[in-house]
Order: sequence, then structure tokens, then C-alpha cells
Amino acid sequence: MKYKLGTMAVAAMMAASPVLADLVFPSMSYRTGPYAAGGIPFADGYADYFTMLNARDGGIGGVMTSVPECETAYNTEKGVECYESLKDTGGLVYQPLSTGITYQLIPKTTADDIPMHTMGYGRTSAKNGEVFTHTFNYPANYWNGASGAINYLLKENAGDLKGKKIALVYHNSAYGKEPIRTLTELGAKLGFELLEVPVDHPGQEQKSQWLQIRRDKPDYVIMYGWGVMNQVAVQEAANIRFPMENFIGIWWSGSENDVLAAGDAANGYKALTFHGVGKDFPVFADIQKYVVDAGKAAGAGDQIGTVLYNRGLYAAMLAAEAAKTAQGIHGVAQITPGQMRDGMEALEMTEEKMAALGLPNFGPSFKVSCQNHGGDGLVGVTQWDATAKTWSLISEFAATDKDLIDGLIAEDSAAYAAENNIEAGCK
Amino acid sequence: MFYREAGDFSTTYAEDQQTFPIKFDRYRYYLVLFVAIFIVPFVLNDYWVNSLMMPFLIYSIAALGLNILVGYCGQVSLGTGGFMAVGAYSCYKFMTGVDIWWGGELLFRLPEFNIFFAVIMGGVMTAFVGVLFGLPSLRIKGFYLAVATLAAQFFLVWLFNRVSWFYNYSASGQISAPERELFGVLITGPSTTPWAVYLFCLFFTIASAVIARNLTRGAAGRKWMAIRDMDIAAEIIGVNPLKAKLTAFMVSSFFIGISGALFFSVYLGAVEVGEAFGIQKSFLVLFMIIIGGLGSIFGSFAGAAFLVLLPVALKVVGVDWLGWPTDIVAHLQLVIVGLLIIVFLIAEPHGINQLWRVAKEKLRLWPFPH
Repeated sequence: MKYKLGTMAVAAMMAASPVLADLVFPSMSYRTGPYAAGGIPFADGYADYFTMLNARDGGIGGVMTSVPECETAYNTEKGVECYESLKDTGGLVYQPLSTGITYQLIPKTTADDIPMHTMGYGRTSAKNGEVFTHTFNYPANYWNGASGAINYLLKENAGDLKGKKIALVYHNSAYGKEPIRTLTELGAKLGFELLEVPVDHPGQEQKSQWLQIRRDKPDYVIMYGWGVMNQVAVQEAANIRFPMENFIGIWWSGSENDVLAAGDAANGYKALTFHGVGKDFPVFADIQKYVVDAGKAAGAGDQIGTVLYNRGLYAAMLAAEAAKTAQGIHGVAQITPGQMRDGMEALEMTEEKMAALGLPNFGPSFKVSCQNHGGDGLVGVTQWDATAKTWSLISEFAATDKDLIDGLIAEDSAAYAAENNIEAGCK
Repeated sequence: MFYREAGDFSTTYAEDQQTFPIKFDRYRYYLVLFVAIFIVPFVLNDYWVNSLMMPFLIYSIAALGLNILVGYCGQVSLGTGGFMAVGAYSCYKFMTGVDIWWGGELLFRLPEFNIFFAVIMGGVMTAFVGVLFGLPSLRIKGFYLAVATLAAQFFLVWLFNRVSWFYNYSASGQISAPERELFGVLITGPSTTPWAVYLFCLFFTIASAVIARNLTRGAAGRKWMAIRDMDIAAEIIGVNPLKAKLTAFMVSSFFIGISGALFFSVYLGAVEVGEAFGIQKSFLVLFMIIIGGLGSIFGSFAGAAFLVLLPVALKVVGVDWLGWPTDIVAHLQLVIVGLLIIVFLIAEPHGINQLWRVAKEKLRLWPFPH
């Protein structure tokens, strides 16, 4: 526990802090800066789902929810400021939507006994819940993504990638560097050559990178990009006439924002995903009825049904389900962040549960446990249709190379545990 | 009336030469120190220390450092972010034990430094690098030097991204500060107490300010100012430009390195070079000293306070009190801070320090202005 010098002296002042009445799901959003195009729909989806729960079900387990927002602009310093200021609101779970901020918050949230959910981003080895007790990254992580992309290419090439050349265009940051290790190992195993092409923040200038790609002629390009970098990359790929169907982005490089700018040239571009796309789910009727028609939509209200809006919605749904689980475990409606953590660790998503929530087949079913904070890592592939302006799922949610990834996760989390003197184990 | 030197007699040279020769000034300084050391630590909480005090103290050190170079010696530098990165990465290497490799084999590994000395080493290494990148200043000046230091900025960021030795071969390329303590009190890591990290940073801030103040009013500072005002004239009266410019780069980089080390180890705990020490950081610190006042110690603090506290204050007013959407407040914040910078530069080109000086002058005469 943290203690403070002169706690007695300020105890009177502290008593003035507000009484907690809601279940608080803070949203560390970014609606400004070079990554706003990705941040806005996610934050809208996250807020709208809770608005709908409040209006339709009267909150979760009879307690209303609230979603205070804090603008991080994808900046780690602002992220720290946001975390500290949102902590006073009694937030149950943090979703920073930034790998950089995640790295900062992993030790902080653990010390403060607050869970953090980094859905499809953050530190991949956080999957090992024995070391990362308060960090969750279900249902899929970056290494699943890398392996998923390779598995998809394997399928396209009848199981043989020998002699192929695959370029990785990545955001030159902790986020973009995540898949390198996995792809290197997979390259050694399957016999393809990996070409690393880093792009520096924020990624508006990629001429030299794509010239390199034109020169080296890789068979496939995998991209780990975010924000404005994605649009630029798709446009540059179009400029060098790189075949779009051989260009696969991670799920953070696969939204409408990323491909609309390039127009028809982006047709056929592919991206990975771990949840459903489009508006064709019953839950959107409720969103329309309780949120949009009531004039309570977050932001401009024009993002509903986009890929990243759905992802925000999915994150909110998983958080709400974990809160329900926590309420069930502890038998109280007004749960604490510590109890929320237990709920997340006991979360089980089944097909029936998702159908009941109005999201049939929206995401994979998975079960979180103390050993596994990351779900099963099932990854699907979507493809962009530039004429219809829609993404569509073109593959099943398929399993990834579990043996390889689990080995890497064990190795990385052991290194983290040794560095920080953490005794691995389940409570 | 409030503020006067009447009746304040100096009887020794030491008294006459002290930093604050006016009694009122001196007591105010003691009062500020007293409040900062003995009162603030008792009332700090996590939010205050992480969102306000630590960034303020750390940016103050960086602004002090840059002010020595730009404000006192007249050498424009845009490499602050890169130099802060040198401080941060050196601090990281020294606190985890520097490993020296030769021909693929581990030659030896230095023992892990105590966090206090690791921060100092951050400053020392940056001083070396600063001197290296200060060499072009002997031949080029003004905008051309700014461009040369800009090259340092990009080169250093690229270096720390590229060479995995600097981040101990971690897969993500991030460096993160392990838990370290000083006298049994945790200074880095997630479980630190607000007062401990505050006092740790405060110590470095006060020490830097005292050193900077005394350097700038001594022989070294006079040489820097002579170079700033007219380098040829300075050379004619016997100032060695090589020594003066390089010592300015050295001292300036030392402070900037200290601030970078603290920024990484104590404040953020984990950094990524491109994001934390990019070109924006160089501009931010440059704006601090321009707004605060070039060539002034107080100005460095005032500028840092202005640019660290104002955005937070605007956010608190906009989001927490008025309940406006966060994106509108964030955009307004950019507009207001930008506008204030312009207003400041037009209305008071010499910065907040000049405002303070004028206020003191007025107070000295008050209530009889003539």
C-alpha cells in the first residue's frame, strides 16, 4: 500500500472526495492529434455501449455506469496525467488504447490494484497472468496477429512459404516492434525471408520505405501501423502499384479511415480482425433506439458500425460482462477495481452469451483464467471493397501458432518477472 | 515600500556579492525554499506529484540547461530532446549495469549504480555528447547552428531506436526503470511515495539552479555573455571562443541530461525514444525559455511552470468544471496556449522574467511612483 507523509494532516481534506455512486469505466480517449482518426470511433463505441446499458437495462446489476473521458492525444505524458486524474473517480478498468501508455501503466495499475484491459494491443506477454496479474489482453494479441497473417498466407500458398519474401512495414515504436520476434521465428520455421521496414512517428512521410519495397519486390507486405500512417501506406502502396490483395494490415490498420483516402486503388486491401464487422447485429437496433434517437450518441454520432466503433463497442461489452461476472462472484453490485479484476479473470464468453447480448458471432468464444489473460487468440481476415465501401470477413476466426507464441510469451514474461522481482504464480 | 534596499547595508564583500543582495528578496527566497522542502511534501498526493510537480521540476532543469546555452551564450540549439534522450538512456544503462561487448563476447559488466549516481552519470554522458555536437558551433552560428543541432536531435533518436544495446535488447525497444531506492526509500518503480520522488527531483532542481546561478554570474558566465553579445569583440578582449562555447555546451547538456534521466527514471518510468524525446520536446523547452525569459534563471522556472501548468489548468477548468467535451477542450488548449505565446512575445518580448522585474521595480517605488 502507498502511504503518505503526514497522512493524518490531510485526512480531513481527503474526506471531502466524492462518494462513489456509479460503476465508472474511464475512457482514455484521443480525439486530437495524428491518431485521432482511430481514437474517435473507438471512444464513441465505448461510450455508446454504456449509454445504452444505462438506458435499456438501468446500468449493470442495477447500478448505473458512467464513462468519464480524458484526452491523451496518444501521448504518454498526458496518459500519465489522465490515469492519475481518473484514478480519483474510482475507475474500474483502464483501456489506454496505446501501447506506449500501456507499458507505463502495467506497473502502476498493479501497484494500485486496478485492472487494465489492452484489447489487441499492449504488451503481448501480459497474456501470462501469473506475472501480469492486473493486465488483460484477451481476446487476441499482436503475436496472434503476426501468426494469423502468416497462417492466412500459408493457406493461400497451399501450405508452403519457402523462398517467399515478406516485408513488415511497422510503426517504429514499441507497438510496431512487437511482431518482429514472432515473424523472425516463423520465418526460420517456414523458410520465408523477413524484410523489416520501420516508419517513424507519425508516419506521414513514407516515400523511401515504399521505394525500398518497390526495389526489393517482396511477395507480401504485412503492416503494423496506426493513425495517419495507415492512409499514407495504402496510398503509397497504390502509387507503386503493389497488389493490394498481397497487402495485409494488423487490426489497427484495417478501418474505413485507412482505405477511403486512397479511393478505388485501395480495393482488395486486407486486414486482420478479432471481431465482427458491419452493422448487421441486433445490438445496433438498441443503440439506434436508446442512444442515437435519444440524442445521446457520443462524439458526432457518425461512426456507428465502423470497424473501430465496433471494436470500442466490443471492449465495452467485454468490460460490462466482466463487471457482471465480478458482481456475481462477490455478491455486491457496487464492485471495486480489485473485484473487477477477479471478474475479468473469471470471464467466459460463449456463443449463447453473445447472442443474448445481440452480438451473435461477433467475436470468438474464450475463457479467461489466471494462467491465460489473453484468450485463445483466434484471428480472422477482412477485405476492403472500395466500390461498396465495406469491409467483409473473408475467413473464419482461425487458430494461430499456439506453441510458438506460448513459448515466446513464457520467455518474455519470465524476463519481466526477473527484472521486476515478481514471483510468478496464481493467488 | 514593500521592496526596498534602503537600510540594507552590506559590510563585507561576501554580503555585497550574494545572490539576493536585497533583504526582502532573500527572505522571499528562503520562504519559497522552506515551503518547497518542508510543507509541500506533506500535502502532496499522487495526482499532484505526477501531473504537476514532477513535470514542472524536471522541465525546469531542462529549461535551465537550455537557457545557459541559448540565453547566456547565444548558441541556438534544437537538440534538447536528443540530449534528454542521452541522459535517459545513460541513466538506464548505468542503473542496470553497463555491459561492454567486444567481438561478440561480454568483456565486463559494471555494477549497478545507485539511482542518484545513475542520474548524475546521465548528466555526465550528456555533457560529453553535448560537447561533441557543440563543435560545429565554432564555425557556424545562428540558424545554421540550429540546423546542425537539429541533426543531433534526429541522429540521437535514430541511434537509440536502432542500436538495441541501449535498451538492453528488449523486444519492444522501450526502456523501463526497475525499482531502485535511495537510503531505503523507493525512488523509481510503481510503488514510490509522492513525497520521496518529489524531494528527489527537488534536490536536483535546487542544486541545478544554484549551480547555474553561480556559474552565470561568475567568470564563466561573463565569458558566455560576451560571446553572445559579440563574439569577435569577446575574442579581442581575450575570451577563448573554443573554451567558452564548449563549456556552455557542456554545462547546458549536463543539466539537460539530468532532466532527461529524471524524466525517464522517476517521472515516466518507461519511455520510447521517438515518442518521449522527439523534436516536439526540443521545441517545448525552447518555448519555455523564450516565454520565461532568455538569460534568466527565474525565467526558466516561470517558463516551465507556464507550459506545464497551463494545459492542466485549462483541462481542469474545461472538462472538470464546465463539463465540455474533451476534444473541444484539447483543441481550445492548443489555441489558448498558442495565443498566449503570441501575446507574450508581442507584449513582452523579454518574457515573464521581464514582467517580474517590472513588478519589482514598481513595488520598490510603491505607493509613491515618482
